[in-house]
Amino acid sequence: MKHEVREEVGGFVVAFEGDVDLQTSPDARKVLLECVGRGKSVVVDLSGIGYIDSSGVASLVESFQTARKGGQNLVLASVSDGALRVLKLARLNKVFTICDSVEDGLAAIG
Amino acid sequence: MNKHANNVIEVEDLVTHYGDREILKGVTLDVHDGEIMVIMGGSGSGKSTLLRHLMALETKTSGTMRILGQDIDNLTQRDFFDLRKKIGVAFQGGALFSSMTVGENVMLPLYEHTDLDQMTMEIMIRMKLEVVELGGFEDLKPSELSGGMIKRAAFARAIVMDPKILFCDEPSAGLDPVVASALDDLILLLRDAMQMSIVVVTHELESAFKIADRITVLDKGHILMVGTVDEVKNSTNERVYNLLNRVPEDENMDMDEYLQRLTGVEVKEETIL
Ligand SMILES: Nc1ncnc2c1ncn2[C@@H]1O[C@H](COP(=O)(O)OP(=O)(O)OP(=O)(O)O)[C@@H](O)[C@H]1O
Ligand SMILES: [Mg+2]
Repeated sequence: MKHEVREEVGGFVVAFEGDVDLQTSPDARKVLLECVGRGKSVVVDLSGIGYIDSSGVASLVESFQTARKGGQNLVLASVSDGALRVLKLARLNKVFTICDSVEDGLAAIG
Repeated sequence: MNKHANNVIEVEDLVTHYGDREILKGVTLDVHDGEIMVIMGGSGSGKSTLLRHLMALETKTSGTMRILGQDIDNLTQRDFFDLRKKIGVAFQGGALFSSMTVGENVMLPLYEHTDLDQMTMEIMIRMKLEVVELGGFEDLKPSELSGGMIKRAAFARAIVMDPKILFCDEPSAGLDPVVASALDDLILLLRDAMQMSIVVVTHELESAFKIADRITVLDKGHILMVGTVDEVKNSTNERVYNLLNRVPEDENMDMDEYLQRLTGVEVKEETIL
């Protein structure tokens, strides 16, 4: 899994590429919590994600709640059908704001 | 050699014994990637035995087994450990450790196989408990749960690692119909959302017909048939028909053998009047 962070006016855009699984989710978690720790809202771009497992989803949940605690937002963008099914398993599709594109995501956190 | 690239399990001519008793008498079976394979058969036909062998927990007499492409006869300790990470198991009894809380029980495989952050693990187990409708119960001890709740907690533990293959031995036995049906839905969801391959032993016909991609019918250690739900429903095999329609077996009872079993006394054929 690779990741890329870029700073936009409204907040950070974190883009992941590859699989988020037991091996790689600790990295994803670290990146997300770092961005949240910098006090801005975050758009997580999942368009490059092939597979995301529960440990990846758990990292998203933790980062989201940490953001909310700091009065920030964290939204998901370009969620694949596969990832959406995984989120739906634990009814997290109702928890996260899920946007069609990074642009929509930036609008949502703006 | 993989027969089909998309088989997660390949069993060929599996023969097993308990002591001197032959239990599985030449079982050949494939499970495809992402399918739900239901195993049916009368009590004592060898369903649980087959499952335990598929989990590489028992020593077979002969035959070959490939799990996720690996010949289980040629596994190093390391291979075995790696393989076990990709396999989830919900046993017939659904046993939990009574000294641990529900949450600790569900977390056990994560402790054993990963070095994930504590917070990640806690969220993972709470998500899985939500999925089996036990949200908020993680701090209770198994003794504080009902039988059905224990089974669901054991199921949560079986799927906590998002296994590639999930083995369930009668997951819904003893659950009320609403919860049992929810568990069927969950099994379907795990297949569809996680592309899990799932092997389910069940006696519940309705459940089998609802969830199965294919059904294997076992009878006294033999495979009677493997087929889709429709193929099994329409089977003209008498024993398959009897099993599906709960026809008792005493029509073709062997009286000599039966009396010998009851009395322990053997009567030679020529002395019988
Ligand atoms: N640990 C064991 N030691 C000795 N024999 C065993 C053991 N486990 C099972 N058996 C025997 O193997 C045969 C098959 O048992 P198995 O548990 O596989 O049946 P099953 O199809 O799962 O039945 P059920 O539907 O009742 O669970 C039975 O004759 C049983 O007595
Ligand atoms: Mg059994």
